[in-house]
Amino acid sequence: MILLATLLVLAVAAVGWWLARKRAREIELRSSGHHDRLHSRPVYHGLYVAIWTGVPALLLLLLWVAIQGPLLDALLLASLPQDVVQGLDENARAVLLNEIKTRAAGNPLPGEPAPYVAEAVRRLLRWRAIANMAALALSLAVALAGMAFAWRRLSPTFRARRAVERAFTWLMLVCASIAILTTVGIVLSLIFETMRFFTMVPLTEFVFGLRWEPQIAIRPDQVASSGAFGMIPVFAGTLLISAIALGFAVPVGLLSAIYLVEYASSRFRAFAKPLLEFLAGIPTVVYGFFAILTVAPAIKHFGDALGIPTAPNSALAAGLVMGIMLIPFISSLSDDALAAVPNALREGSIGLGATRAETIRYVLLPAALPGIMAGVLLAASRAIGETMIVVMAAGIIATLTLNPFEAVTTVTVQIVTLLIGDTEFDNPKTLAAFALGFVLFLITLALNMLSMHIVRKYREQYD
Amino acid sequence: MTENRDITIETAEAAQERAAATPAGEDKSRPTSPVCGHKCKFITRNVNVFYGEKQAIFDVSLDIPDRSVMALIGPSGCGKSTYLRCLNRMNDLIDICRVEGTFLLDGEDIYSGDIDPVLLRARVGMVFQKPNPFPKSIYENVAYGPRIHGLARDKTELDEIVETSLRKAALWDEVKDRLDAPGTGLSGGQQQRLCIARAIATRPEVILMDEPASALDPIATARIEELIDELKENYCIVIVTHSMQQAARVSDRTAFFHLGRLIEEGPTEQIFTAPREKQTQDYITGRYG
Repeated sequence: MILLATLLVLAVAAVGWWLARKRAREIELRSSGHHDRLHSRPVYHGLYVAIWTGVPALLLLLLWVAIQGPLLDALLLASLPQDVVQGLDENARAVLLNEIKTRAAGNPLPGEPAPYVAEAVRRLLRWRAIANMAALALSLAVALAGMAFAWRRLSPTFRARRAVERAFTWLMLVCASIAILTTVGIVLSLIFETMRFFTMVPLTEFVFGLRWEPQIAIRPDQVASSGAFGMIPVFAGTLLISAIALGFAVPVGLLSAIYLVEYASSRFRAFAKPLLEFLAGIPTVVYGFFAILTVAPAIKHFGDALGIPTAPNSALAAGLVMGIMLIPFISSLSDDALAAVPNALREGSIGLGATRAETIRYVLLPAALPGIMAGVLLAASRAIGETMIVVMAAGIIATLTLNPFEAVTTVTVQIVTLLIGDTEFDNPKTLAAFALGFVLFLITLALNMLSMHIVRKYREQYD
Repeated sequence: MTENRDITIETAEAAQERAAATPAGEDKSRPTSPVCGHKCKFITRNVNVFYGEKQAIFDVSLDIPDRSVMALIGPSGCGKSTYLRCLNRMNDLIDICRVEGTFLLDGEDIYSGDIDPVLLRARVGMVFQKPNPFPKSIYENVAYGPRIHGLARDKTELDEIVETSLRKAALWDEVKDRLDAPGTGLSGGQQQRLCIARAIATRPEVILMDEPASALDPIATARIEELIDELKENYCIVIVTHSMQQAARVSDRTAFFHLGRLIEEGPTEQIFTAPREKQTQDYITGRYG
């Protein structure tokens, strides 16, 4: 019904657009000189009428959808016999309402409904029918009223273009705020759950604790660890794997960018650059397969040959594969930074008798360094937040070590394992995931802000 | 480079014959310029330059005397910059560019396999149209060339080279208190003088200037022109310019290019007062715009 109302409103708006444009065209044709010329082109008059027809009615429907459910719930509860509702707590009332709604939808439930439930089902269906009709009628009325209002203003002197442009400015503002408000919402929900976690586990234990054993019992009959929530080994694991990844990706990515920009022939570049960026399109889960099936066994083999005890899911394997994932990131951002160095600097250096290598080393790299650094920092925040590869290829146990041949776990892996399976949201085990997520968010936010700051500084450099 | 023989007067045709007759590199003689009495620094013969299929320069032969200023003038796209960039092999950087002909620097063929373009560019420095200081300090900008060529044994010597170069470029007094400030922070005219100081610091024999004042205001331009006048005491200077007044003011000889051909070359005074060719006259009287 709401859908039908929406479609009808849109149809009315389309008719309004067409009529207003037609009318404006007639005025335009009748105009004889400068004094009675149409201020705005007919299409703006059409849009103006369409906006006034559609937007208020659609907003009304949106509001209606938001409040109809809760309003009917409240009415339904109030209409139930007092003695039934009296003894029920919050949860039991929700269950009762659910039963009524399920039966109203015609879905089968075991057992015969109590008489007051059957009564309530009938009432709910009736109310819903009324509400839907009301929504339809009201929205059409608002649409027509809006159209009439806009229509009356249609005249040669009316500045419809201004009004339409203002409306579109508002539309763009709303779109921009959606992204911002979503971010705010995400941060708030993270903060809220994190605060709950810290009412159960002291902040100092979380920040400075050296043990991470979150698998505590959530039912009394379970056998589990007593629980320790020190984030240091988990973040140490993340940093170790990210460091390995960057240690591999930065030199490889940077050197390949230098080769592509400064040495490669344009034919090779045209062929190699898209191929390198193709690497960025591979889903991380596929990298995960590559890590488990190819890299991890190879590293285990290699470590065993050297006589180093090697875990099958070593930090080295996860880090290297993550590094491969980051190569296109770093190489394409460094490529852009190097290519953005003005050719005049290149010629200036070559013209002084510097070799290509000297030019790169002493002029191009220093000039492009801010851009390259920004790329590396962005890659670092990718590495720290990367989930799928490490879920597949890294360990679960939090060991505090710097040995790349051992298995370590990462923040993202812990968040995933904590939220899988039996979870209760009044339990520190589950809430710990939010605390970890919050700290992770803070770190990547700081890295992104740092890289944005560097990029901004870099932009000011030439000009 | 030995300067054992002096040939007092040699016509362009004779030089051309000799260049064609003797293998490149063996010819050690430096003919004296027929006009100013100085020796010729560059002798170029039958130069053709192609960008891919398109020919940019047609059969240009030109002698450039030492310790004087040679101006290359002509309308846009006439090949004067392309010719200039052949003199220190900057065109090597352009993949599709092909250079034919003989270029003798002190009698030595600069396009022969024996010549390393990197060392050549240290001898034939270049100043570009737009000032292009490196995003480094003023000191580092000037010290760049001496450092990569190992011209200074220690810091004191390097300091000396930097100071001398900045003095020769008439910039020392303005920047001596802020040598650590970034070179990009100077004004346009100062930046261009910094680039000239940077070119001088590598101790070149020739300085090529590609419209060095076209991005500058009249006052900065006047300073650059004064500087060119001083520098020609010690260097061979080749300058490309769009401004005919500038060519008339600073140069000893002028070469007029049109559509990739060298139309006329001679003493600046003669080119501007009594050109032999009608095209030259049309250009200097402003009929080409």
